[in-house]
Amino acid sequence: MKIVKIIAIVLLVAFVGIQFIPTTRNQSDTVPSTDFMLVNNVPETIQKKLQVSCYDCHSNNTQYPWYNKIQPVAWFLEDHIKEGKAELNFNEWDSLSSRRKASKLRSIIKQIENGEMPLDSYTLIHSEATFTEAEAEELINFITQLKDSL
Amino acid sequence: MKNLKMSIAAVLLLAVSFTNAQEKKKMNHDHEDMKMDHSKMTTMKSDAKTETILSDYFNLKNALVADDTKKAAQAGSKLVVSLKAFDTDSYSKENQEELEDIIEDAVEHAEHISESAIDHQREHFKTLSKDITDMVAITGTKSTLYEQFCPMYDKGSAWLSTSKEVKNPYYGSRMLKCGKVQKTIQ
Repeated sequence: MKIVKIIAIVLLVAFVGIQFIPTTRNQSDTVPSTDFMLVNNVPETIQKKLQVSCYDCHSNNTQYPWYNKIQPVAWFLEDHIKEGKAELNFNEWDSLSSRRKASKLRSIIKQIENGEMPLDSYTLIHSEATFTEAEAEELINFITQLKDSL
Repeated sequence: MKNLKMSIAAVLLLAVSFTNAQEKKKMNHDHEDMKMDHSKMTTMKSDAKTETILSDYFNLKNALVADDTKKAAQAGSKLVVSLKAFDTDSYSKENQEELEDIIEDAVEHAEHISESAIDHQREHFKTLSKDITDMVAITGTKSTLYEQFCPMYDKGSAWLSTSKEVKNPYYGSRMLKCGKVQKTIQ
């Protein structure tokens, strides 16, 4: 039993210790003029859905959950956001060329069609981010139109 | 006993988060290595570079024809390297911009192909094929290429081949012969 106690203490110290490792936070007050919503005529329902389901990881501003400051959760979130923004940042949409836009739009359609986005680990906590069939169809139709108009 | 279980769970959680962090570091490292390779290779002739890109593209296409995910992934990684090594200096300013755009896009698709399952690889191969076709339109190539087209896959999809005979990379053995030559590129 003694060894269990020692392990527990070591872990507790480690857990407290890692809380001091800083993480970068993805937050910004301004929406750049290149933002997807600003340069495209996006219907309001779709705007809301994108904001709730995509913008946390695919823009410069994350609505963090309350537990975001606790390690190792903060690392996990930081990684995901970094990766998400590297793939697609809606805030910087208009800085992409037509070719890149077409590529991104095609990927959005496929990811939604195959239910790969939003990630399961995200919808687990943000149940409102899940797409209903009707919402998915609405978004795919809109994105397809946008792609064809490029 | 309860204590023991709790600490085991905690150890596991920590271990997972640490390995995760380390893996990330490793990945970043690999990226840096690749960048270094890239700068070394830019001393080669640009003409040869178009041919290298094409040869990697055809290896990828053949792997998809053979339903071979692993080979396709390997070809995808090679293609990332050869695309990044492409040198646009000898082209006009307008073409340079166009080529850089094409390559940036193609690199992204090749990267995805290098780490995805076959369905995904084929999705990305479609856009990649468009990129490579547009690239060849600017750079030209030594060999004769055939642009082939399958009307069934994703509302119609094209690809390039060195042979007239149709072997479909989007369906592989499921529908090997679907498609036709729609253009000859010389």
